[in-house]
Amino acid sequence: MAGISAPPVTPAVGTLLPLIGKSDTKPTWCPGCGDFSVVAAVEMALKRLKIPSHQTVIVSGIGCSSNLPHFLSSYGFHGIHGRALPIAEGIRWANHGLTIIATGGDGDGFGIGAGHFVHTMRRNVDLTYVTMDNQIYGLTTGQASPTSMMGHKTKSTPEGVIENPIHPLALALASGATYIARAFSGDVKQMADLIAGGIQHKGFAFIDALSPCVTYNKINTFDWFRQRVYKLENSGHDPSDIGQAWLRAIEWGEKIPTGLIYKVDKPTYEDLEEVLSAGPLALQSAGLKGRESLLDEFI
Amino acid sequence: MGEISVRAGGAAGDGIASVGETLSKSLSRMGLNVFGLNAYQSVIRGGHVWFQARASPSPVHSQGDACDVLYAMNKETADVHLPSLSRGGTVVFDPEKFDIPTSSLPAGTKALPVPTLAIARKYTSQSILQNAGGLGATAFLSGIPLDVLQATLTDSFGKKKGDVVDWNLGAAADGYAHAQANASVNDHAISKAGAPKLLMTGNAAIALGAAAAGCKFIAAYPMTPASTIMHWLAAHSRDLGIVVKQAEDELAAINMAIGASFGGVRSMTSTSGGGFCLMVEALGMAGMAEIPLVVVESQRAGPSTGLPTKTEQGDLNLMLGAGQSEFPRAILAPANCVEAYRATIRAFQLAEDWQTPILLASDLHLSENYMTVDRSDIDLAVDIPSLYTLQPNGHEYKRYQYTQSGVSPRSLPGQAGLQWIAGSDEHDEKGHLISDVKSGIPVWVAERARMMQKRMGKLEGLAGATEPPVLEGPAEAPLTFVAWGSTAGAVRDAMLLLAAKGVATNLLHVRTVYPLHAEVVDAALGHAKSTLLVEANYSGQLGRLIRAETGRAFPHKLLKYDGEPFYPHEIVAKAVEVLGHGRN
Repeated sequence: MAGISAPPVTPAVGTLLPLIGKSDTKPTWCPGCGDFSVVAAVEMALKRLKIPSHQTVIVSGIGCSSNLPHFLSSYGFHGIHGRALPIAEGIRWANHGLTIIATGGDGDGFGIGAGHFVHTMRRNVDLTYVTMDNQIYGLTTGQASPTSMMGHKTKSTPEGVIENPIHPLALALASGATYIARAFSGDVKQMADLIAGGIQHKGFAFIDALSPCVTYNKINTFDWFRQRVYKLENSGHDPSDIGQAWLRAIEWGEKIPTGLIYKVDKPTYEDLEEVLSAGPLALQSAGLKGRESLLDEFI
Repeated sequence: MGEISVRAGGAAGDGIASVGETLSKSLSRMGLNVFGLNAYQSVIRGGHVWFQARASPSPVHSQGDACDVLYAMNKETADVHLPSLSRGGTVVFDPEKFDIPTSSLPAGTKALPVPTLAIARKYTSQSILQNAGGLGATAFLSGIPLDVLQATLTDSFGKKKGDVVDWNLGAAADGYAHAQANASVNDHAISKAGAPKLLMTGNAAIALGAAAAGCKFIAAYPMTPASTIMHWLAAHSRDLGIVVKQAEDELAAINMAIGASFGGVRSMTSTSGGGFCLMVEALGMAGMAEIPLVVVESQRAGPSTGLPTKTEQGDLNLMLGAGQSEFPRAILAPANCVEAYRATIRAFQLAEDWQTPILLASDLHLSENYMTVDRSDIDLAVDIPSLYTLQPNGHEYKRYQYTQSGVSPRSLPGQAGLQWIAGSDEHDEKGHLISDVKSGIPVWVAERARMMQKRMGKLEGLAGATEPPVLEGPAEAPLTFVAWGSTAGAVRDAMLLLAAKGVATNLLHVRTVYPLHAEVVDAALGHAKSTLLVEANYSGQLGRLIRAETGRAFPHKLLKYDGEPFYPHEIVAKAVEVLGHGRN
């Protein structure tokens, strides 16, 4: 992906720009948390694609998983609950030369941020969105989330959840995402492949990472998933077939597919926003000097 | 030559806004100062709407009080507005639609029947053309030359040519000729006073100011009376290279604007009170993460959905307190288009200089009404410095480095070696969280306090960088008005009316509501012989702020919260009453 180095800081020719790495902040997640796999997969994907750390922005909302930007050496934006996507869109439109990855949890993305999730996808903004889906609110110590399964007993639902869970992949498909995948924290390599694919994909890439909470979700554990997940790449699935994609998107229970569910090439929002054809907005000229004729419309 | 007020009224859908705009523009092209009041309702069809264009060679600061020429497109308009027709005034109506009995005319006024529908039928079966005939007659009575009216009409059709333009020009000429043959011009009729002026709404002035200030991105969600800021920028988006994003809601709008600012462009959002309520959490994030942001809050009458098309200054408490805990902000409150243009530019500069959200307080009265502006008052040549100012210097980059001013060096994504994490959590100088594992540990407890002091310390700088209140009018006067925002307009007109009666007054115009500049306010009020607080809200919110910061109370208040703008005569009456009470 072609990155644009913002002036006036232009690296000297031949300088090897630092790739992403770990920051000096250690993750604060519980030992064994699925999110360790996700931060590792994000780092692996960015390194593999050789995207310099200063041209990457990782954006998140609030929740355990949303602390992720702090653990890597790129630019980051740790925003407020549910708003990672609009913040990421704003950054994208300000400078579409950057690589932008939005991250967060299922509560952040499918609960409080559900409206943005749908609208960002229908716009096909060129972002990669990785959700760490643990089907529970972890940071607030264990309430039901939008992906908690029916009957799940949590602190807020002691008699069990009585709402249907959201199918994030089906919602993404219905909303117009152009790259839809599911990953599992038990398979970092596949996750890194899917994230790298998402970054390379031109358009909105959504990767729902099943990332078990080892402290508050005693149902959807690593073992629970290991008994159920199967890889789509080994099962003859055609990700360009939207009909097949629908079947895999809603498949949940005894068998849970991982891998690329759907992919299609469509113009991105940035492609269609004429103003951005002149290059990243941040590098364009601004102001009205010499535009006196603009005032004629007020006569 | 004095001033004239021309009023037109009808039902929503009758085209009153275009009639009003055409009249206002014709008057402004004659070199007159104009204030155009667009009074409408939250319906697309039906309901009563009206427009008043007030024009004078001298400055006009409000819609004024009475009207001299009234164009009544329906009976309701005649019923509602005839009492406002001044002595010597004329009402234009079409007897084919309804009648105005002579007995219903106020003393000293006349009715001029004009066959607007019959004129329209000469050209087309579309009855909307009646407006052109009515406009022609109204223009004659007001002193607007036919060629000026026709040129304005032609331009209002833009690039459109052909029958519809010709019909309008013909009908306007017919209406003009009819009035010429059957009536004489109004005693207040005006004539050309100089070079054409610019005519714009407050929202156009704000949008223009944003573009001039180097704004490259606006995200907004439609809400009256703020929407036309987005409309103007959208119409000029490609030409000016400004990305205009209609967001899915106000939550997204402000977060997009914050993201864009972090990403390296000057950005803004605009909304009214209800939408601003949704933005409040993110406003605090901009304060916490120290991200420049301009938010226009164009108030309308509330609470809740309130009166969507009516004006109020009821959101001051909200703007002052928006967001949990405390972070630095400024609230600028322009009173008219020139002030709005300049305040918008200042808002962008302040946001950038102080890396914090700046609120621009408008209201429906300023945002949607028309005012003339001298071309020389609009300086487009604003310097737009690059935002990529920082260079790596070999030391570890600290985005939130402690400084005297509270402002720390800011890098932008894409700059090598200067990465940082913008955080809504409390953080240290490097941007690292101190909100979880470190919180409560003594060294980090002190760090939190210090970081809070760093941010809040910017308020001192903001106070120095914002416009203090200004005393308008004579330094010595028996009465000092205190007002902010668009209300200052009607007060300025009231001061002129009072001066004409031999009563000197002055106005403490609070241009920056926050930081308040309490010492300046205190000194001015200490010097005042008596005061009258004029605000368009129920409780006198500025008065409460002033009392909180200076201890000075306002025994006399003129507060209006019926959704209507202040009329100068109301302020004059209250001032006379207060002065009758003697010194307070």
